Amino acid sequence: MAATPTREVARRVFAGEFNDATYTFKESDDERAPVYVLLPTGERANRVFVVGTLMETTDVGTDSEYWQGQVIDPNGDRFYMYAGQYQPDAASMLRELEPPAYVAVVGKPRTYETDDGEVNVSIRPESITEVDAATRDRWVVETAERTLERVQAFTADDPDDPDDGATVDEYVAMAREQYDLPVENYRRLVVEALESLEADDELEATADD
Amino acid sequence: MTDLRTQATEIHEQFEDQLDVSVDDIEERLDTLVNEYKVPVSEARRSVTNTYLDEAGIDRDELGGGGGNEQVQISDVDAPEEWVDVTAKVVELWDATSDAVAQVGLLGDETGTIKFTKWSKSDLPTLEEGKVYHLRNVVTDEWEGRFSVKLNRTTVIEERDEDIEVGDDDVTVEGALVDIQSGSGLINRCPEEDCTRVLQNGRCNEHGEVDGEFDLRIKGVLDDGEDVHEILFDREATEDLTGITLEEAKDMAMDALDTSVVADEMRADVLGRYYRISGPTFRRYVLVDEMEQLSDPADPETVLIKARSI
Repeated sequence: MAATPTREVARRVFAGEFNDATYTFKESDDERAPVYVLLPTGERANRVFVVGTLMETTDVGTDSEYWQGQVIDPNGDRFYMYAGQYQPDAASMLRELEPPAYVAVVGKPRTYETDDGEVNVSIRPESITEVDAATRDRWVVETAERTLERVQAFTADDPDDPDDGATVDEYVAMAREQYDLPVENYRRLVVEALESLEADDELEATADD
Repeated sequence: MTDLRTQATEIHEQFEDQLDVSVDDIEERLDTLVNEYKVPVSEARRSVTNTYLDEAGIDRDELGGGGGNEQVQISDVDAPEEWVDVTAKVVELWDATSDAVAQVGLLGDETGTIKFTKWSKSDLPTLEEGKVYHLRNVVTDEWEGRFSVKLNRTTVIEERDEDIEVGDDDVTVEGALVDIQSGSGLINRCPEEDCTRVLQNGRCNEHGEVDGEFDLRIKGVLDDGEDVHEILFDREATEDLTGITLEEAKDMAMDALDTSVVADEMRADVLGRYYRISGPTFRRYVLVDEMEQLSDPADPETVLIKARSI
């Protein structure tokens, strides 16, 4: 048994996949045990790291300030984040930043069920900082790599083929059970995100001529 | 009685090089204290040892462990205040910052490098850069997680006619800086000698209320999406990373009447950026020796080819 709880790694995930991660679970019955969302590619996430373009900020609070921020990724999908009095630093960043701006966000995934039974996935930010375009591009490539690794592990681990040599991963099995979402969708997000970076490069190259 | 005899023999071994005393003399002194004046044996031993230290004119710190230290490799040094022997090459000599220090620099062997200090009052021969020495009776020390060795009056220096390929025990980690933990920024340290504990509300856990000395540091977390590394930036590395010097940090805190503005400003400057960091590890930390912000354009090509192929 580990004596001290280790810090949770911040997962890299595009918004298209993150918003599909509606299933949450705990690893123990302890009230304070961390809550995980299950990524459809078969990985648990208790923290995420996101870099993208802050598109909109709105104070959606009624009695006190409660800020919503929308961060868009290269595929045009949006991360939604909410910060109120218990996240004062993140809330004040959302109050002060002028969209559009590149931001890096570290935060916890949260889910919320609407009245009509739909589950919304959002981020409760621990920190929000303004960053540059190079940092955003690096995040896109890194997130593409991590997503691709998950997609590969998922597809290698075929439940109908016990001889595929892959060890059955607990979270891949869980994702197969909880979701009916083809992982091909997430491979496509990877390709599109990377292609958008290449297109940017070509635009810049043309502009330089 | 036999117990006092053993104690006396041990004390004798510590001083036989410096003083002309017999085991019998020492035992007699112990005996007087213990049996006549009812002093506990441990206190008696301390008192007798101190008497001989005074006579020999040496500091307690310089008292060797009675010869026969362990010959250690540099990467094995993992605790302060141990008496050891090392064979190492003088990798670098630095400028001594105080008159009390005769020489300061870096020693290296196959397993890594370690800082050394040679005191002026120890009156030892001069070490030359690039030469290999066998150093007997040096004492280990630790500050901010970094170990060093101190040469002292009892240290024996022998030049060796050999060369050592100095090894590197550093690790290199990459990732996004996702957190700057509490206890970072402008901090106050206890000024008591060899304490340097970080003060909480002006109080040291060990020494109570003291006038702290300002310092800078960052306890950060580097995360690449697979692994998490805790990183410790000392003052120099913090200044390097943030561009905020200790003096500027003090001014900022003075203006705001609050030291926490410094860490806040640092968070805004560095969180969410990607870094490559190398340095030695200590407990769960990587201590920053070298650092580089990863700002060159990312290359999507390799990953794209892989993504298209599955």
